[in-house]
Amino acid sequence: MRRGRLGKIASQAGLYVSALILVTPALSFFLWMLSLAFKNEADNTDYPPVFIPNPPTLANFIDVFEKNDFLAYTINSVIVSFSATGLALLLGVPAGYGIAKAKATKAAVLILIARVTPGLSYLIPLFLLFQWLGLIGTLTPLIITHLVITVPIVVWIMIGFFEGLPGELEEAALVDGANIWQAFRYVAMPLARPGITVAMILAFIFSWNNFIFGVVLAGRSTRTLPVAVYNVLTFEQISWGPLAAAALVVTAPVLLLTLLMQKEIVAGLTAGGVKGG
Amino acid sequence: MTPGAVPPHPSGHNYARRYWMFAAPAALVVAAVIVFPWIFTFYMSVHDWKVSGSTPFVGLANYAKMLTDERFLWAIVRTLVFTAASVIAPLVLGVWAAVTFAANFRGRGLARTVFVLPMMATPVAISLVWTMMFHPQLGVLNYLLSLIGLPPFAWVYDSTTVIPTLVMVETWQWTPLVMLIVLGGIASLPTDPYEAAILDGATAWQMFRHITLPLAWPFIVVAAVIRMIDALKAFDTIYVITLGGPGTSSETLNILLYQTAFAYYDLGYGSAMVVVFFVLILLISMVLLHVCQKQVMS
Repeated sequence: MRRGRLGKIASQAGLYVSALILVTPALSFFLWMLSLAFKNEADNTDYPPVFIPNPPTLANFIDVFEKNDFLAYTINSVIVSFSATGLALLLGVPAGYGIAKAKATKAAVLILIARVTPGLSYLIPLFLLFQWLGLIGTLTPLIITHLVITVPIVVWIMIGFFEGLPGELEEAALVDGANIWQAFRYVAMPLARPGITVAMILAFIFSWNNFIFGVVLAGRSTRTLPVAVYNVLTFEQISWGPLAAAALVVTAPVLLLTLLMQKEIVAGLTAGGVKGG
Repeated sequence: MTPGAVPPHPSGHNYARRYWMFAAPAALVVAAVIVFPWIFTFYMSVHDWKVSGSTPFVGLANYAKMLTDERFLWAIVRTLVFTAASVIAPLVLGVWAAVTFAANFRGRGLARTVFVLPMMATPVAISLVWTMMFHPQLGVLNYLLSLIGLPPFAWVYDSTTVIPTLVMVETWQWTPLVMLIVLGGIASLPTDPYEAAILDGATAWQMFRHITLPLAWPFIVVAAVIRMIDALKAFDTIYVITLGGPGTSSETLNILLYQTAFAYYDLGYGSAMVVVFFVLILLISMVLLHVCQKQVMS
């Protein structure tokens, strides 16, 4: 018995050590990012490195917003990601329902292939198309290409979600004389709200994070945040403070969302192995 | 109300066709932004297509060019090496992490969330921070090495160390996805085999080796397929950290593709590369999925 208890303590300790080793690379990375962003320039280029900002400064953030017009890029990112996510929900939630109900596995395979295709391979033809349409230099091409990311995520998660719902309630509604649109709108959709939340968060995050579409399609005034941050790198290679501050500005909303909605995000990612781009 | 006007009983079959209506708008959009590019890419790949000027039909010339294009062939080799390493390392670490986070301990939720952060964070942002950490003189990584008495490492500044370094970033970023998929699998396993094994005095390793690993295997294979597809497609981190350099020593297929199409504006050749790339991804996925299905059946 005593050995059993000892063994239990040992395995518990082993778990903590294992968890600590696993978490250290991520934790120390993000702490270092914070440290770089809140230190002044002298401390950032000091050797040996200064770890704790003393005193912490907001100068880097002010610098980023003043010099680089980050406010405009933030607005671009918000417009693009919100539009792409909203449109994807509008299109993808009914589509997921239809595919789940019709048991259309072929349509699901198409979505899978879209998941497999490299984002770059959409860009060459779409780039030409937008050029012909004269849309380069506006936000429209970005919103449309971001649908390549958001629509498959939403459809994929919603197929899984609607397949998991019991069909009896809708059938009862149909017997009572509702049409299939009403059965979807008033019976199935309210039940699927948790699934819609998961799909919305993930679609938003992967649209927000997208870099490659913006790099090709965005003009000077239509840059999204990731593209703008990349440009800070090319122009200010040596000033680390503003660089880290810019990086933090882009990714902070995503990190906060992940921390706050971790349960939903984990559920969605586990279900589909989704990832954008 | 006539007594005969009873609606037909709505069995699922009568409705199956009408459910397509729900998918129609999405299907239109998917056709426009996903299927159209596929078809048009193929069309461009058999033309000599620069951004301006005429676009004559050249048959398979673009494809033939690849066979003798050393830069392209090296990019394929690099992509395969990068991909193999970027599947194996996250898979091993991800299974370890899944087993750890499947157990019950205090602070597990928070630890798991922190562990997942790298895959959610904006790739450009983390690439920038990695770039600063790799700095040969001022980078924090070489400082940490010096603390344990090791000489400075070249990281992304040498053609022999750049790929392993990028694999490290990829592993750091995407091990969480493997962990989540395998964790989902472990959570769905029955508990009785474990209880029986504990009664028989099995060690933790024996339980992992003979119960967890075989039962969670299908999930591990799925994670491997997904990881492989994503590793083949890796772009953001490589582009931001090295742009394929030094020289072309970290130029994977995706980076070369980008350069060909959007730096040299050779859209025809770039499209042909896309087609080959796509076939490559599909082939490897199908082989892995085939293996996966066999594993599940046996």
